[in-house]
Amino acid sequence: MTDIATRAPVGAQVRRSAMIEAGKEAAATALIVFLLSFFMVGFKTEANQGQPLGYVTQFVDVAWACVLVSVGRFAIALDRHGVSKPALIGGLLSFIYLAGIGVIGVAEQDPDSAAATGFYNVLGINVPMPFEQPMVNVIFGFGGLTMFGIAYRRLRVARHGALTVEVREATEERRAQWARRMSGTLGPILIVLAICVPIFMPISPWSNATRQVVDSLVLVLTYVMLGWGLNIVVGLAGLLDLGYVAFYAVGAYTYGLISTSFGLNFWECMPLAGALAATFGLLLGFPVLRLRGDYLAIVTLGFGEMIRLILINWKDFTHGPDGITNIPKIDFFGVFTMERHAPEGHVTFAEFFGMDYSPTQRVYFLYYVILVLALITNFVTIRLRKLPIGRAWEALREDETACRALGINPTNTKLTAFAMGAMFAGFAGSFFATRQGFISPESFVFLESAQILAIVVLGGMGSQVGVALAAILLVGLPEVMRELALYRMLIYGIAMVLIMIWRPRGLLAHREPTILLRRRTGNGAGK
Amino acid sequence: MEYFLQQLINGLTLGAVYGLIAIGYTMVYGIIGMVNFAHGDVYMIGAFQAMIMLLICGVIGISWVPLQLALMLIAAVVLTAAYGWAVERIAYRPLRGSSRLAPLISAIGMSILLENYVQLLQGPRPKPVEPVIRGGFTLMGGGGTDTFNVQLGYLQIIIVLLTVLLMAAFAYLIAKSPLGRSQRACEQDMKMASLLGVNVDRTISLTFVMGAALAAVAGMMVTLYWGVNDFFMGFVAGIKAFTAAVLGGIGSLPGAMLGGVLIGLIEAFWSGYFSAEYKDVAAFAILVMVLIFRPTGLLGRPEIEKV
Repeated sequence: MTDIATRAPVGAQVRRSAMIEAGKEAAATALIVFLLSFFMVGFKTEANQGQPLGYVTQFVDVAWACVLVSVGRFAIALDRHGVSKPALIGGLLSFIYLAGIGVIGVAEQDPDSAAATGFYNVLGINVPMPFEQPMVNVIFGFGGLTMFGIAYRRLRVARHGALTVEVREATEERRAQWARRMSGTLGPILIVLAICVPIFMPISPWSNATRQVVDSLVLVLTYVMLGWGLNIVVGLAGLLDLGYVAFYAVGAYTYGLISTSFGLNFWECMPLAGALAATFGLLLGFPVLRLRGDYLAIVTLGFGEMIRLILINWKDFTHGPDGITNIPKIDFFGVFTMERHAPEGHVTFAEFFGMDYSPTQRVYFLYYVILVLALITNFVTIRLRKLPIGRAWEALREDETACRALGINPTNTKLTAFAMGAMFAGFAGSFFATRQGFISPESFVFLESAQILAIVVLGGMGSQVGVALAAILLVGLPEVMRELALYRMLIYGIAMVLIMIWRPRGLLAHREPTILLRRRTGNGAGK
Repeated sequence: MEYFLQQLINGLTLGAVYGLIAIGYTMVYGIIGMVNFAHGDVYMIGAFQAMIMLLICGVIGISWVPLQLALMLIAAVVLTAAYGWAVERIAYRPLRGSSRLAPLISAIGMSILLENYVQLLQGPRPKPVEPVIRGGFTLMGGGGTDTFNVQLGYLQIIIVLLTVLLMAAFAYLIAKSPLGRSQRACEQDMKMASLLGVNVDRTISLTFVMGAALAAVAGMMVTLYWGVNDFFMGFVAGIKAFTAAVLGGIGSLPGAMLGGVLIGLIEAFWSGYFSAEYKDVAAFAILVMVLIFRPTGLLGRPEIEKV
């Protein structure tokens, strides 16, 4: 914060030394970027069929990366020395130039015709761009936005004075209250919106792609449910589980195998799937729950991978990498099925209600099934938080040693949390199986676990509404950005890192116990 | 007996590679107490850098094998070390001092980022690499086609020798150099070390740089040994190396090496005598077993928790 003090007498001397400092920093950055990109970007290896490995050089991209990043670094360093105009203006301009046009292009153009050259002709002008790949320009444009953000924050700090601990704590308190209020009001609104989707659909701009959109919503809701299930383990009980997808897989395979070999329907299998997944949770949890933090995370990760490898290799039982096909589709408790043509002795939904058959009916049915399942998960979690067991989870998360001293059995408490989370994953897994009609080990890779965990952490561990919002953001956005399929996971990774840096405690962070001793009111000296 | 010896040789070679990667995990865990999830991907990047250097050698006409190896080593180590530095600077340093979970999530994000970055830049298909060093000794079996021949490849000798050399140099560095001293100081008490004039940020950065450099050497050796690189190779290797680090006792350097060799041997014998398909399951099962029965690992110190 000393630079703010030196800001007042900005003389030519100060400015010159700032320039020199910033120049040094920019040079160092250029060197690092060069080292990072020289081989990885500069030489694109290609292995054509039957030919030895060769490469194509792309040194122009390397040069651009070095120039752009070090110019950005220069502006940020200048800003740190009190000269903030270059960072503010340059950041905003480069964001608009690089990302803005790219975003318009993505929105307006058909992905197939969005070739590198035609991409920027949206506005009727041919603008030269540093990189050939449009998305790379957009990513660098967001770098400009970061620059702007840093400079803007510094300006605000300079105007309002630096953050003292008290101010920061007050801000955090305000944010937590805001988060709590948001959860209170936003939750019911979201639920009502979710129920009314079929009403909005025909009048929404996506009315001609209803099936795809509702299908995406089904996917989002599946992740909301998984997020809420994992939230019990991570958010409430404070156990880091990196192998959650294993229980999801157990649920999916239970339904897939039982329904194909014994002919039970979805509603008979789902409880079995949940029970089996919960049993797996207990089996895994029993030995490992004595471990703490990172160790537990790694063991659960190892367990998740073991389940996947067993699914791949135990070919007689699981059909190996080919997976299980022809899994029966969902029906309504045996009353009617959702197919176009019902098997013998059954009626279809359309016949039952005397309507014409339409493929959207099935999607809507799936949508409501997963909505109800997710809401049940939510309801159970909220109720459990008020029961002794839920209180014990939260207490355990806050302080394990104190819990032990108060007579809570940590192992049993953790086991119930683990089993409960696993059970919901099992339900979601069987839903996944019936929705897809096909499952294979491919669907249960570590990335899925990471994604569910990211939803929980981003949602602000323990906040139900936060988890739902995070699921919409992390699963829904990639669905919207289908055009960028290639860059989806890259952006996903960047977003995970940036969100952690920006808000390490999640979007709606209120990781606070549900009840507290009434101590806070008397504590705040005159408040 | 011949079969046993062959698996022993293969296992030791594999173990050397795992050990080198495991050192990166164990050092980082020792100093800032986090699992650097992206370390396996740093190793993958090291393998790619070495592969590209080899291709460049082929194009500009350097065919003398020792020079090729030296260039690959230098390129992989220098360029990958930059990645180690950048990963720490971007994803972990801003999060120092926050909760335990935040750096882990950030590390997972970094791992996803690096994998997709390489996939986008270098393409998703596996890259075959022409073998540089062929041949070896036939130790037993007489070289005939009807008997089982125990092969000891020149490359395997190089891998093990290089690993031993690097380990010795590294142990010396940690024990005697000022850098090693400040590193051990940071490991014990970061705040105290910084009060006594140790540049903590620089020490942590250098830890990441060294871990990445060793992982790059491992990547280079794997490029030569197996001859196939793809963008996803870092994930499983990373988990196994982490298993090795935990098995040896996380935070302990000799432990990491010992754990690496043990994991390599277990994997080789498991796939030699039981089934190659379940070799990864075996590695994970061992990880679980070790954590349950001896959470501090073979050579680790017990973690004392203060209330």
